[in-house]
Amino acid sequence: MKIWDCFATALRTLLSHKLRSILTMLGILIGVAAVISMVSLVRAEQTMVKESFESLGANLIMVTPGASSARGGIGGVLSSESTLTLEDAEAIASNAPSVLMVAPVTQTSTQIVAGRENVGCITLGVAPNYQYVRNFEPEQGIFITEQDYKGRARVVVLGDQLAETLFGQMSPVGQSVRINGRQFKVTGVLKAKGEAFGFEDQSAMIPLTTALATLSSGRTSSVEHTIQAISIQAKSKETVNAAQWEISQILRQRHHIRPEEEDDFTVINMGEVSRIADQMYGIGELIMGAIAGISLLVGGIGIMNIMLVSVTERTREIGLRKAVGAKRRDISTQFLTESAVLSFCGGAMGVVLGWFLLKIACAVVANMGFPFSAVLSGDVVALAVGVSIFVGLISGIYPAVRAARLNPIEALRHE
Amino acid sequence: MIELDNITKVYKAGRTEILALRGINCLIKKGEMVAITGPSGSGKSTLMNIIGCLDKPTSGEYRLDGIEVSTLNDNKLAEIRNKKIGFVFQSFNLLSRTTALANVEVPLIYGGSGSRRQRASQALESVGLAHRAKHRPSELAGGEQQRVAIARALVNNPSLILADEPTGNLDTQTSKEIMLLFKQLNQQGITIVLVTHEPYIAAYTQRTIKIRDGQIEALG
Repeated sequence: MKIWDCFATALRTLLSHKLRSILTMLGILIGVAAVISMVSLVRAEQTMVKESFESLGANLIMVTPGASSARGGIGGVLSSESTLTLEDAEAIASNAPSVLMVAPVTQTSTQIVAGRENVGCITLGVAPNYQYVRNFEPEQGIFITEQDYKGRARVVVLGDQLAETLFGQMSPVGQSVRINGRQFKVTGVLKAKGEAFGFEDQSAMIPLTTALATLSSGRTSSVEHTIQAISIQAKSKETVNAAQWEISQILRQRHHIRPEEEDDFTVINMGEVSRIADQMYGIGELIMGAIAGISLLVGGIGIMNIMLVSVTERTREIGLRKAVGAKRRDISTQFLTESAVLSFCGGAMGVVLGWFLLKIACAVVANMGFPFSAVLSGDVVALAVGVSIFVGLISGIYPAVRAARLNPIEALRHE
Repeated sequence: MIELDNITKVYKAGRTEILALRGINCLIKKGEMVAITGPSGSGKSTLMNIIGCLDKPTSGEYRLDGIEVSTLNDNKLAEIRNKKIGFVFQSFNLLSRTTALANVEVPLIYGGSGSRRQRASQALESVGLAHRAKHRPSELAGGEQQRVAIARALVNNPSLILADEPTGNLDTQTSKEIMLLFKQLNQQGITIVLVTHEPYIAAYTQRTIKIRDGQIEALG
C-alpha cells in the first residue's frame, strides 16, 4: 500500500464524517492556537520591555531619594522625600571612578500653557548631558545646551506627546509656552521613547539651573539644592556593578548613615532590572507554553477516543480489507495516517486561529493606547504543528494496533 | 486446484475443545464449480475459512494451486488471498461511503499492477454494471450490490472465487441472475466454490459436497 493511498483513504474517511472530524480536531486546534498566541504575546511583550530598557540608555543607574522599601515604581513617580541634593550628584561625579556621566534631575508638577491649551505635566530640570545619559534624541530643534544651562535660559524641550497636545501638527520650535506662569521658548522636541517608561514623552525639560531658580524655590535650602533623581552612566557594562557600589558608599557617607541603618536613597541598576524582567518573561513563556501544552494533550486524548470508536465502527471494513489482502501493517498504517492527518489539519487550522487571536489581541492592546505588534515566530509555529502531528501519531498507535490485530473472520461477522 | 488432506480444526471455548472439522479429505479440480452444503454447525463455514486462507487448520495439509498454504504466515496468507482468491459474502460487505468503482478497486490497493481505475472499470463491465460505477452501495439494489462484490472478487484475476451464501439476502429472481453470472464466470475458467443450504442454488453447480458433524458425508 502506497503512502498516497493512505492519505487518499484517510482524507476520504475524514471527509465522510465531517462534523465528527471537525469536533475531534477542535482539541488540537484550540491547543495549537493557544500555544501560538500565548507564547507570541509573551514574546512580543518581552521584546517591547527590552527595547524600552534599551531606550533608557546604556549602562544606566538611577538614584532616587527615599528607601527602596518605601518606593512605588520605577521612575515617573514623584518622590516626596527630599534626601537627594545637587551636591550629592556633584560628589558622585568627582569621586566615583567607575562613573562616566552624572545627570541630576529635578521634577516639578507644573501647568503648561500654549495658546489655548493648558495641561498639567511634569517639568524636569536637567543638565545638557541628560541627553546622552538617557539616550534622548531631538526630533526637531536641539536639546538644552551648555550655554542654556550656565545662563539659566528660559528654554524648554518638549516630549513628543506633550508637543502634540500643545501644538497639534504645528511645529513647536521657536514658539513660546508658559510654565507655571513664566514664559519659556521651545527649542526642541524629543523623539518618542518606549512605552513602558514613556512618561518622558509627556514631560517638558528645562535647564536644571533654571528649574532650581524658578520652579522649586520653596524647596531649596540655603546650602543645598534638593533634586528628585540622578541618572548616571557607568563607564562600561563591566563597571556598572562597581559604579553602583561606589554611588551607595558615597551617598551613605554624605548622608551620615550608620552601618546598621537603611539607605535613605535607592540605587537601581537598569541592566539588572532588564535582566530580571527578561528572566521573568522567559518563565512566563514556559508556563504559558505548558498550560497550552496541556490542552494539546487533551486534544490528543480526544483523537485517541474517536479513533477507538472508529475502529469499532469499521470492524467489518477492516475484516473485508484483510480478506482481500490487506496486511496488518496496511491496516495500522491506514489508521495512523488518519489520526495524523486529523491532528495535522487541527494543527494547521490552529495556526490560523492563533494568528487571528494574536492580531485581535494586538488590536485590543493598541486600542488601549499601547502601540503593540506581535508576530508569529517560525519556531513556535513549527513546534506547535510538530507537536500536534506527534500527538496525533501517539494517540493513533493504540487504535491502529487494535485494528491491525482484528481477526478477519470475526471482524466480518461483526454486527 | 484445492487439495485438502486430513484437515482438522479444533476450537477452544474455555476448557472444552470443540472439534469443528474431523479429518476432511477433498479434491477440487481447476475449473470446477462446486457447492458445499450442510446444516448449520456442520463445520462448512470453518472449512470455507480454511479454503479461503482466512484461517489455518489445526492439522492436515492444504495445497492451493500446488502451494502448501497451511504453514504460511499471516502476511503470506494475505498475499495469497489478494492474488488467488476472490471473496463474495452473503451481506456483500461493500464500503458504504465509497462508490461502486472505488469498492471494486480495494483489492488492487493491496496488490496488483497497472491502472487501477481501468481494471476496476473492466471488472464492473464484466458483471454488467459499468453504468453504475459512480453510485454508492446504498443507491443500488441488492442484486446490483452483489454484482459489485463479484466485480471486486474478480478484479485481481483470481483462480478461485469463494462465495459464502451469495444469494442469502436476495430474492429468487435476483438469485437466479447471480447464479447465472457465476456460471458464466465458471465457463471462463474460474474455479468457483460456494457455500449454501438452498438445494436449488446447489443445483447450478456440477457437484455438491455435503458436510455433517465436521466430516464429509458425500463428495457429489
